[in-house]
Amino acid sequence: MEFLNQLMAVEMGQGLAGIGAGIAAVGAGLGVGRIGGSALEGMARQPEASGDLRASMIVAAALVEGVALFAVIVCLLVALG
Amino acid sequence: MSLSVAAFAQHGGHETVSAAVEPQAQETAIHADSSVVAHADTTAAHEEEEGFSIGTMIMHHISDAHQIHLGGSLYIPLPVILWHEGHLEVFSSSNFYEVNEHGELDYKPYKGFENHHEQIVYVGEHTEEVAGHDAHAGHEAHGVKVLDFSITKSVFGLLLVIVILVIMFRAIAKKYTSRPGQAPSGFQNMIEPFILFVRDDIAVPSIGKKKAERYTPFLLTVFFFIWMCNMLGLVPFLGGFNITGTLSVTLVLAGIVFIITSVSGNKHYWGHIFWPPGVPLPIKFILVPIEFMSVFIKPAVLMIRLTANITAGHIIILAFVGLALMFGQDSAVAGYGVGVGSVLFMIFMYFIELLVAFLQAYVFTLLAALYFGDATQEHHHEEHEHEHEMQSAH
Repeated sequence: MEFLNQLMAVEMGQGLAGIGAGIAAVGAGLGVGRIGGSALEGMARQPEASGDLRASMIVAAALVEGVALFAVIVCLLVALG
Repeated sequence: MSLSVAAFAQHGGHETVSAAVEPQAQETAIHADSSVVAHADTTAAHEEEEGFSIGTMIMHHISDAHQIHLGGSLYIPLPVILWHEGHLEVFSSSNFYEVNEHGELDYKPYKGFENHHEQIVYVGEHTEEVAGHDAHAGHEAHGVKVLDFSITKSVFGLLLVIVILVIMFRAIAKKYTSRPGQAPSGFQNMIEPFILFVRDDIAVPSIGKKKAERYTPFLLTVFFFIWMCNMLGLVPFLGGFNITGTLSVTLVLAGIVFIITSVSGNKHYWGHIFWPPGVPLPIKFILVPIEFMSVFIKPAVLMIRLTANITAGHIIILAFVGLALMFGQDSAVAGYGVGVGSVLFMIFMYFIELLVAFLQAYVFTLLAALYFGDATQEHHHEEHEHEHEMQSAH
């Protein structure tokens, strides 16, 4: 019951910010998943290159996550003020 | 009682709600950095008198503060340095608060200054309206903003990192000069792989062997500084530093990268921005504004990427801790049960955060090196340039 009260007391702006953060998580998951998938595929085709591929994968994942976290920051700002 | 408070919040009756939660709002030590005001959060989350509000706890641990909270009732006050109406005021921040029996801070005014959510305003000596300020009007309600040059928690952390880095690297440099040509030993042995990593895997491939030496000192500094600041933020129980998670620090770092890039940009760099070669004329109209904006957007994204990654990591760890406390509020058994799981998850997240601390330093340094390499690019033929980019891009 307390939980339901807590849910009801959330304003719409904050609720939408929560949805926005969820969509940002979907974007991050899709992006990094694709990167990981193609990196693994490349490593399977050519195991000698796996060192290079691993480094590139990590860098690309960090860049993509940067964009997703930008959306998270915006949602945080909306939710808290 | 919880139902009625929720009903007030839904009606948006700010006056009644703020009067009810005002005493808690001051007692639970809400800290908000820059202009983020956590009031809506507290009014929604406070059902009972001394409830645990996870949002408040998280904001308290992420934001900057004028004192270091070591845990429980132990606070280290830091100097407050204010510039107000032409003169300097220096005093200890312990004048602004008293520790109450819950280990939280009761704020009080001092010499006409007040500490509203860790922002200091000047309200004058003869005001009696201190406790009655409207919770939603923010810190501008009654006070004039003063120029705050205090040693806050983040500034203290910055100075600590600077001291650690200076001591560490002076010792290592002395080892290099006193034992030339010998195998590295001790601390030098531990740090040398990272120094070589920054020089050989970040600076030289991006900037080119000839010019990398000009920029390597800056890249090394920025790499170790960001890494050390990130690691300091991960140390538990030591007051929760969040240095690189504040936009001000990363703004300065990204600003320095922007300045270096622009100053060392040669005519090929600016030429490629304003008159890209090999591009048909209609597309130039679209491309040139985009390229010009990207000059400013690239450092801005550097700034946001670092801040967001570090802050998000802290929030996740704090959320796991707060989850156990939140469930423990209702029943002790639920608290312990959830606590076990959440501590395990938190340890897992800690490992990821250690990786992220290094990774974000690496990505920042790598991108800075790439921008410097871009700025000092030589003139290549079209296909030669394409090949060079493919080789140096990671």
